[in-house]
Amino acid sequence: MTAVHYFVEAENLSKRFKTKDGELTVFENANFGIHKGEFVCIIGHSGCGKSTIMNILAGLDGASDGALFMDMKEVGGPALERGVVFQNYSLLPWLSALKNVTFGVRARWPQWSREQVREHAYKYLQMVGLGDGAEERKPFELSGGMRQRVSIARAFAIEPKLLLLDEPFGALDALTRGNIQDELLKIWSETHQTVFMITHDVDEAILLADRILLMTNGPYARIAESVKVDIPRPRDRTTIIHDPGYYPIRNHLVDFLVMRSKELAGGPGAEREVKAETGKPDGYVRVFPAEVNPARDIEALPSEQAAQAANQ
Amino acid sequence: MLQSLNMRATVLAFAFLAVILGIWEMANQAPKAKEALTEYEILMGGADQEARVPPPSKVIGLAVEELSDPFYDKGPNDKGIGIQLGYSVYRVLSGYFMAAVIAIPIGFLIGMSPLMQKAMNPFIQVLRPISPLAWMPLALFIIKDSEASSIFVIFICSIWPMLINTAFGVANVRKDWLNVARTHELSPLRTAFTVILPAAAPTILTGMRISIGIAWLVIVAAEMLVGGTGIGYYVWNEWNNLDLTSVIFSILMIGIVGMLLDMALSGATRLVTYKE
Repeated sequence: MTAVHYFVEAENLSKRFKTKDGELTVFENANFGIHKGEFVCIIGHSGCGKSTIMNILAGLDGASDGALFMDMKEVGGPALERGVVFQNYSLLPWLSALKNVTFGVRARWPQWSREQVREHAYKYLQMVGLGDGAEERKPFELSGGMRQRVSIARAFAIEPKLLLLDEPFGALDALTRGNIQDELLKIWSETHQTVFMITHDVDEAILLADRILLMTNGPYARIAESVKVDIPRPRDRTTIIHDPGYYPIRNHLVDFLVMRSKELAGGPGAEREVKAETGKPDGYVRVFPAEVNPARDIEALPSEQAAQAANQ
Repeated sequence: MLQSLNMRATVLAFAFLAVILGIWEMANQAPKAKEALTEYEILMGGADQEARVPPPSKVIGLAVEELSDPFYDKGPNDKGIGIQLGYSVYRVLSGYFMAAVIAIPIGFLIGMSPLMQKAMNPFIQVLRPISPLAWMPLALFIIKDSEASSIFVIFICSIWPMLINTAFGVANVRKDWLNVARTHELSPLRTAFTVILPAAAPTILTGMRISIGIAWLVIVAAEMLVGGTGIGYYVWNEWNNLDLTSVIFSILMIGIVGMLLDMALSGATRLVTYKE
């Protein structure tokens, strides 16, 4: 592995919880990086610790072992340079949609005038398709999709260096999800934020991401693969399925989730590829996820899928 | 017209009122004199051998009379009902607001810090069940002023519901909202005012509403003890004057003022309640 300087870098990140019967290792030795401006998704089954990784990235939770760096500085706690979109929206119910966004904007730029804050917040609400009166409504008067739009606007409006999305569309119906995915793609292409997103949805990950991290089942989960999504942008939900790379990637991901996430699941004595790094103390081992590019690497797939992919 | 639920409820309520007043009026009629009244009987107001509860017609008559001039002051034994109620409301509100000023910040502290919660809990558990009037002798001894002592009794009885509800509301603010505050790097003070206070406000106001109810219950008893002025004193004084019509009238006034206080707090609660 050549020394690449990632914008965000996780170094042997582990999380253990104390339980009645001893220690439970949720995941261990997670190593991954995110480049500036990159859109990275992470997929894995429930319980593999995706949300815990997200909380550590946000600074809301601490790792048991290992370290996390952003912009060459260690992440020690929550900060405005990392915006979070929570799964359950987490809007403040006593504030209107606009006030929920200005809440973040005012925290980010306390020296701004009231008018400036309002204008900035309103701009981002319009970017997610809210405005014309909807901004004065309270969250309980908004549909689930609109609430998540407000939550996305709040996160984008503070212009964070890293945007963290925790299954943002998990609770939405398919039609709404599609629409908001489009909005998200649009804003992302305008702002080129660095994004890290948790999802359960394989198609969503292919549509949005530059790279997809695959996690094995927990406990002792690990990040097994880093799958490159080699499909040109701008992408569109209706045409992306015709890209020759689409099905090879999709099949690779589904195969991983159905079969290999279980097989590759670690245990306390799981074998690890030992690779000594220069300039580090003895015994220091870092295992990076295997990098794969199913779209350009058809022969690397299991034969059955390769045949299927070739037929596309 | 009778279709609306409110309309039907109003009609039924008036029917109940008529039945109750009717029975009350009937049951308390003095028997008709069978022969000419003696001079003594005329002086005593009739041939009846036992005293009767005054019928509603008399109470209503007194109410009209009293309420048409509620603020007259003819010396310590004869003040208008408005003045007496005014004294009681003044004592209740002063004790109540002093309690709020202390209970809400301490409740915040207890709600935010598990350490403080554990350290303060024994004190709260022991002090809370004490009847507020039990403090009266000690208050009179220390404060040496009956007026201030009754305010202190109100203070001590209204503090607990506010303290406990504030602590509960603050401790149960949703973790998600606190995480929003943390990811926006809000200072503890700003988090307290912009996230925790609005989130806990409905619970705090519920505690304040319970407190005002208790305070109004206690002030009547406290004023019966310390005397001088106030609606509690008025009730007891009219009992000593054997004026039962005034006693019943003041009981009704206590109920009406208590209801108004509760309505004010319930209105305030509605202002800070949010839907999710």
